[in-house]
Amino acid sequence: MTFFLGVVSSGVATGAAFALVATGFVVIHRVTRVVNFAQGVFSVLAGMLCATLLAHAVPHFLAEAVAIVGAIGAGFLVGLVAIGRRGTPPLASLIITLGVGVLSYAVVIFLWGDGPLSFSMLQGQLDVGGVTMLWQYVLIVAATAVTFGALLLFFNLTYIGKALTACYSNPHAARLVGIDVRRMGLLAFAIGGGLGGLAGVLLTPLQPVEFDSDVGIAINGFAAAIFGGLLRPGTALVGGLVLGVAEALVSGYSGFASLQSGVALVLILGIMVYQASRRPEGAE
Amino acid sequence: MPLVILEVRELVVRYGQATALDGVSLEVGEGEMVALVGPNGAGKTTLLNTISGLIRAASGTYRTGGRVVQVPEGRQLFGDMTVEDNLRLGAWQVRDREVARIYELFPPLAEMRRRRAYTLSGGEQQMVAVGRALMGRPQLLAVDELSLGLAPLVVQDLAEHVRRLNRESGMAVLLVEQNARLAFDLCARAYVLEAGRVAMSGPSADLRRSPAVQAAYLGGTVAS
Repeated sequence: MTFFLGVVSSGVATGAAFALVATGFVVIHRVTRVVNFAQGVFSVLAGMLCATLLAHAVPHFLAEAVAIVGAIGAGFLVGLVAIGRRGTPPLASLIITLGVGVLSYAVVIFLWGDGPLSFSMLQGQLDVGGVTMLWQYVLIVAATAVTFGALLLFFNLTYIGKALTACYSNPHAARLVGIDVRRMGLLAFAIGGGLGGLAGVLLTPLQPVEFDSDVGIAINGFAAAIFGGLLRPGTALVGGLVLGVAEALVSGYSGFASLQSGVALVLILGIMVYQASRRPEGAE
Repeated sequence: MPLVILEVRELVVRYGQATALDGVSLEVGEGEMVALVGPNGAGKTTLLNTISGLIRAASGTYRTGGRVVQVPEGRQLFGDMTVEDNLRLGAWQVRDREVARIYELFPPLAEMRRRRAYTLSGGEQQMVAVGRALMGRPQLLAVDELSLGLAPLVVQDLAEHVRRLNRESGMAVLLVEQNARLAFDLCARAYVLEAGRVAMSGPSADLRRSPAVQAAYLGGTVAS
């Protein structure tokens, strides 16, 4: 039982981080209709940057904050390349983000080399009535909860959040009322970068990052995101948690950690088959 | 001659090889209500989208003496957002986001403020579309097909609102309509657009008497 709870708690924590990555996909896709395949890059950049800053004696929280701001900047830049040119079709933008993802390997290797980087996690564990949870897991879950709360308020209560929703709801009408849809897309990319960056600094202590860790992170985030059809942050949260726990159970009980990454792929395939089967004949 | 709020000179707009507007000139004076009628594909919507800054002209010029806000064809609401959010987003370019004056104008909308726009009837949606445009405090309201797909009574009511706004606040209106009868009733002056050119223009009363207009737009007897 203790083993089971330990596995589940680690699954919930990594699942929460996946949900952050997933929400990055969702926010960008909602506003721009682009699936950003460079989404995993933000986590890698933030993880590496944070590890470097900590190694140079920058205090915790400041290092994480700077890394996340860096990821926000990276998100903005990816957005500029992907949708900066007026009239770029979403599919072309998607290909651009794939290219940016590959290009990021060169940048990361140039700056940090091709080895893994990490930093130590929060020490100790929380003990609630015999059930223990690593503080790092508690931190991940708490940070994710706060972030989702903030996103909820931002999209539902603020004027600019509503303008972002408007771009998704009806881009033509958004242009008619004078909203600069392209600029809103860049904002969405920056938010997506920040979410990816946050996931990166939270996950790196658990799983050292390398230049190509973005693929695994992006696949997990994407699998969680398509739970809600790439459109609903709330469902992406559920998707992330389900995925995280499923992966933890598979690797925990099979004894093969490498099976873990297969879970996300199976999930993606399953959801796609399910959605395709529900679609009426001949519909787009 | 009153001040000109919209002046279009020899406007040419192309979509690739196709010419949508082929040297269109027209004017709307301050506080004036002008109709633009013509068949499907004549270029009416293209003209509106050009003066709204959504499409670039190939040649020619247009000058506006104030903010132009469009009530687009098919209403184009933010369907999954609330009525109130739709209205407030109309004020994106102005500071004042107070929606009370829109509810005063269209009292039924006040009761539906929390409903999602797609759940409204066509006429109610058109009210939201007009209200959203008014939130942008236009000096020229460009209405594209106010009557499309709506019941005659609903159209009458909406048209009366637009006319009153024009009279009371002095807001100029460019009314784009396939329903020429309605357009001539509401506006003192009109332009007839055909195949990207202004085929006729003048006081609505004169156009109404023109045999060509009667045959083509007023369901009159076809020349026999």
